[in-house]
Amino acid sequence: MIEPRIGVYVCHCGTNIAGVVDVAEVSKWASEHLKGRGVVISRDYKFMCSSLGQELIEKDIKEYRLNRVVVAACSPHLHEATFRTATKSAGLNPYLTEMVSIREQDSWVHTDKIAATNKAKAMISGGVERVRYHEPLEPLHVPIHPATLVVGGGIAGIQAVLELADAGQKVYLVEREPSIGGHMAQFDKTFPTLDCSACILTPKMVSVGKHPNVELFTWSEVTNVEGYVGNFTVNIHKKARFVKEDICTGCSICQEKCPKKVIDDVFEAGLGYRKAVYTPFAQAIPNYPVIDKENCTYFQKGTCRACEKLCPTKAIDFTQEDQDISIQVGNIILATGYDLFDSRRIPQYGYARLANVFTSLEFERLSNSAGPTGGKVVLRDGVTEPKTVGIVHCVGSRDKNYNNYCSAICCMQSLKFAHLVEERTGAEVYNFYIDIRTPAKDYDEFYQRVLEEGTIFIRGKVAEVTDAARMAGEEGKIIIQVEDTLMGKQRRIPVDMVILSAGLEPRRDAKAVAKLFGISCSSAGWVIEKHPKLDPIATMTDGIFIAGCMQGPKDIPASVAQGAAAAARVLGRIQQKEIALEPIRATVNETQCSGCRICNNMCPYNAILFHEDRAVSEVNPALCQGCGTCIAACPAGAISGTGFSNEQVMAQIEGLLLLNLEAEPA
Amino acid sequence: MEEQQQFEPKIIGFTCNWCSYRAADLAGISRTKYPPNVRLIRLMCSGRLDPTFVFKAFSSGADGVLISGCHPGDCHYVDQNYKTMRRFALMEKMLVQMGFEQGRIKLVWASAGEGLQFAEAVTGMVETVRKLGPLDWHIRGQSNGHLTKELLLKEDVV
Repeated sequence: MIEPRIGVYVCHCGTNIAGVVDVAEVSKWASEHLKGRGVVISRDYKFMCSSLGQELIEKDIKEYRLNRVVVAACSPHLHEATFRTATKSAGLNPYLTEMVSIREQDSWVHTDKIAATNKAKAMISGGVERVRYHEPLEPLHVPIHPATLVVGGGIAGIQAVLELADAGQKVYLVEREPSIGGHMAQFDKTFPTLDCSACILTPKMVSVGKHPNVELFTWSEVTNVEGYVGNFTVNIHKKARFVKEDICTGCSICQEKCPKKVIDDVFEAGLGYRKAVYTPFAQAIPNYPVIDKENCTYFQKGTCRACEKLCPTKAIDFTQEDQDISIQVGNIILATGYDLFDSRRIPQYGYARLANVFTSLEFERLSNSAGPTGGKVVLRDGVTEPKTVGIVHCVGSRDKNYNNYCSAICCMQSLKFAHLVEERTGAEVYNFYIDIRTPAKDYDEFYQRVLEEGTIFIRGKVAEVTDAARMAGEEGKIIIQVEDTLMGKQRRIPVDMVILSAGLEPRRDAKAVAKLFGISCSSAGWVIEKHPKLDPIATMTDGIFIAGCMQGPKDIPASVAQGAAAAARVLGRIQQKEIALEPIRATVNETQCSGCRICNNMCPYNAILFHEDRAVSEVNPALCQGCGTCIAACPAGAISGTGFSNEQVMAQIEGLLLLNLEAEPA
Repeated sequence: MEEQQQFEPKIIGFTCNWCSYRAADLAGISRTKYPPNVRLIRLMCSGRLDPTFVFKAFSSGADGVLISGCHPGDCHYVDQNYKTMRRFALMEKMLVQMGFEQGRIKLVWASAGEGLQFAEAVTGMVETVRKLGPLDWHIRGQSNGHLTKELLLKEDVV
């Protein structure tokens, strides 16, 4: 080993670290007590990651001829790249840097200043011992496949697809439902401008459907993902539509003639009907229908075939089978959206028990001119206009019994409902709210407008929605029991119709989807972004990006912005043509390998091949992902791993337990 | 014993790069407090955990070893944490046979979203090991793993 000349840099991170850890003392200790372990210089600095901090390291590397650097600061997941770059620009191999996380693992989680300072010393000692065994490495360069997969055809996914396709890149879009459009296609008006949702969405949907660079898979799901950034192999399961896509003209005669009516609980939120052969809505993209096998009379009883007989182009094909398609992509953008909170989980709000309690999505369909009532706001009987309407905010949100978080869109959505009810029925509208949250552009102005329209706002969390009349004027009404916290008294408000502004929840299969793509969810089920502020569209897994509500509740402008941002990131990747990967790989020392083949079956990537002639195993570096399981399994210790070698870990253990100090000459 | 200072165990923790190290990061970001007795080592995968790392930690003076990885089924490298699970069962059995108390070695699954759970697991483990007292393996080694009073006195520990 070359005589190590190590520089130790202890960051204050403002007061983030220095507020708990005595950084000056730690730095002094390192220069005094780790001198015998190769530490040539030790410094503390306010912000090591600032350009001045980095220059400090670069200057020291040259001046003190350092050949190893230890930075005690934040998590390596945040700034490892920064300090490697600094090391590199001073002419040293970037992999000769080691980061010690004295912020996330020390100052932020401990309160005892002395104990935290001592822990920082031990952690730095571990880092110093470890860095002695670091080796210069070269990053692996892998090519980026120029095609991209977008999963989810809501507004976030659509935006991402169009950005990529318009830039000339191939995009695959996979959507679970028969049409793209997502939740936005179900809405009538969008806040705060009240422009028609379909009018702004459908042109984008048409662009996706017609774009020469877009390959659209609807009624399809991703079933398997293999590979890594730059080169993913994705399997798509395309369910049989029983309609020949190349022949169907989308004339919708089959839908008119199909005798089987089915309650549409997806697109119409249970308020309307569709047929067994259907497109979810008139402007669906693609506009060819699907046959719903579970409800089709032919599939269930063996007779009917009305659609087949009446189709003018003979596009119905009952023999069609599900297909599994494999595609190659370099990057993946996930935009799988949200599910609405199930209001039945709050039984005291009466949903599904009291006929005229509606969910927000039901009201969206009710107010939609293409919806089941043609845009008429009426009670469940389909004819009676309500005279009083109560809108309950925060249903399933900001409630420790259900979800702690704020669903972000419900205040504005409720204000929009209040306006639409007032406009279409002239009914008296009550809003029951905890706080009104209208922070984005033009949102508060909309709130002021709804206030001026005469909507009544009652501040308080609704206790109960009931049909049990107790007072005069309550008979035949739904009564909302609420504590008005501004008046300081209990109130009972009788209304004809209640709208529950239900919160947003992660998709019910969010965790399975996260697992499929190798990313992580919070315990609530929202996908964890690479950094909550500085990188909200990337995930911890390289090459997998996120957009829209899958990351957390958000409105349409934010979803569109994220979709475009994710696409921009992918475009940058495609333009670079290749990406540098961490050179963490396993290698077999052939002279030590006994040929026992224990490692062969350990590898999840089949990266280890066995040479029969020489009776030794070899790791294929192109397939190896660097998990290190084979290294731990090898009984002969013949496999070594770059970046996480036995020597590095063993040395770090000794360092952490300060055994190195005893070894130090007195 | 009561008037003596509380025993502060030293625990070495092994985390995987993808889930449990990020859980530790999240505990930090969320300012979740846990005792400072644990010092973490990052591996790429809990499957990288060579059992000799555990023995090395104990022989180097650790009073406990925490092993943490992604939840079964969530492994970044397909299914390597299942190998950790099996190795752990063997290691634990072996250590108990060598005279270690149960609880000095602990396996904790923590996803990147479980900072709080990670902190709670660390707190729980520190409490357990604190009750067990120092490992003093260099002393126990002389009597087949049994900590006799004579040995303790001889080594001037009590």
